[in-house]
Amino acid sequence: MKITGRVVEYVAHLARLELGPEEIDLYTQQLDRILAYMDQLNSLDTTGIEPTTHAIPLVNVFREDTVQLNFQVEEAVGNAPARVGPFFKVPPIIETD
Amino acid sequence: MEELLQKSIAETRGLLKSGEITSVELTRFYLDRIKKYDGLTRCYIRLTEKMALEKAAEADKRIRAHSDGELTGIPFGMKDILCTKGVETTCASQILKGFVPPYDATVIKKLDESGYIHLGRINMDEFAMGSSTENSSFQVTKNPWDLSRIPGGSSGGSAAAVVAGLCAAALGTDTGGSIRQPAGLCGAVGLKPTYGRVSRYGLVAFASSLDQIGPIAKNVADCAVVLKAIAGHDPMDSTSIPQPVPDYAGALGKEIRGLRIGMPKEYFIEGMEQEVKTAVEGSIKTFEGLGAAIVPISLPHTEFAVAAYYIICTAEASSNLARYDGVKYGMRVDGKDIIDMYKQTRSRGFGKEVKRRIILGTYVLSSGYYDAYYRKAGQVRTLIRRDFDKAFEQCDVIVTPVSPTTAFKIGEKTEDPLTMYLSDIFTIPVNLAGLPAISLPCGFDDKGLPIGLQIIGKPLDEMLLLQTAFLLETEKKLKKRPDMFA
Repeated sequence: MKITGRVVEYVAHLARLELGPEEIDLYTQQLDRILAYMDQLNSLDTTGIEPTTHAIPLVNVFREDTVQLNFQVEEAVGNAPARVGPFFKVPPIIETD
Repeated sequence: MEELLQKSIAETRGLLKSGEITSVELTRFYLDRIKKYDGLTRCYIRLTEKMALEKAAEADKRIRAHSDGELTGIPFGMKDILCTKGVETTCASQILKGFVPPYDATVIKKLDESGYIHLGRINMDEFAMGSSTENSSFQVTKNPWDLSRIPGGSSGGSAAAVVAGLCAAALGTDTGGSIRQPAGLCGAVGLKPTYGRVSRYGLVAFASSLDQIGPIAKNVADCAVVLKAIAGHDPMDSTSIPQPVPDYAGALGKEIRGLRIGMPKEYFIEGMEQEVKTAVEGSIKTFEGLGAAIVPISLPHTEFAVAAYYIICTAEASSNLARYDGVKYGMRVDGKDIIDMYKQTRSRGFGKEVKRRIILGTYVLSSGYYDAYYRKAGQVRTLIRRDFDKAFEQCDVIVTPVSPTTAFKIGEKTEDPLTMYLSDIFTIPVNLAGLPAISLPCGFDDKGLPIGLQIIGKPLDEMLLLQTAFLLETEKKLKKRPDMFA
């Protein structure tokens, strides 16, 4: 086994996903097979080979740091599922007594 | 009116300019067809009928005032992953239901300036993750040639809509084959441009180092016109290439005498359907007859591409999809605290395949596994790029099948993700190397299903791909539309 149910559950937590027991079983089986398939990469000797992160070689792109009008406040928060005036509303993140 | 379906965009534009038809009539024609036929194929998730007719009226004014462009008045279907101001954009996901972007993607802005007509939002695999459009959270799109089969994916709705005559042209996006594979399985023409040729600004990100937007159209000339309209440098996308855009359509019809066509032995393998092999080899003979030289080449790391791709794309996806947290847009499911709110929202909002990829991507990036998976996959990506660099010393374009099989049955591969992933084996290496490639029909199998041919080019050599594809299309004169949608 490349991966266990406990690992899947832990990784799901890191990704902010909650899985039911059936989902954990299914994903464990499927990911195990997929990871085993990926193991074939280990048959290649890649010592000293630089990884490619982008296919087209890029240099950093700079622009002038000038203020531009992009969105009005109403446009920026207009899609929020919960808001108070011009702010996004979220559950408390600081514990109170 | 039905004869409009036979016309290219340029020919339709001729009719609009001469006043034989108006854009309002043309738009109504497509909207009526959608109402009549989309119950069969289920390409559209939602229509933007009112906006379409208003824009069509504007287009007619522009045409009468002679201030029109190459796409003024032409009705498009739009993959539901391209942000369009004021139009609900969901990526076929529940988590983005109700999201109305406050801005246009650059490609939408460009099409809008050219006066195109937006008919509606087209179905896709959720967040473009899939090869069959079965991962949409809304509906399953059917292949117009056989309604019991998948149209391919993730731009399956775009390809099916073009072939069924439910839009004049469509846009798709391609991360591992999502334009070319559905175009191939539906018998449309699809082009994935060089990475950076078309701005990704406003394309909802799946795997940022691989994603590209491109046209899906009913013929090569239409693909050329649409590509010209959407390509070009954009300061809003730092990966976009600052190179001028040529007049692709203007150069079609050029001979290919002396063109060197590479035929990679790794793409003509066991397990491939015999009819696919025969049709592609037959097309290569056709090219030879047109004066091309066929060069046997090798792309030795092809077999590792799928493994490397599913590490890289899931890693990038796990990061890109972290933004769906129930705060800024889309769905929110309340929880007992903020972490629980995130979890409840994401667990209910994302579908099965998206969750599978987020978990896989999070795993391959997690501490202790990064070198073994993500770094290793990046190194293999280098090897795959080098394969192509070396091959292009010997040839000008590379010809391969698009997929090892024709369209498979709905439900056939949904329980087996790895088998589904392997259906993209011939399209994935192109994305890893950032190259342009076009997919066009080259024949039919004995079930009457289209067989796709892929032509791969050097960076920014879209012109040569279009020229080469145009000659094959002209030679083959294949049937474009199933009788059911005549």
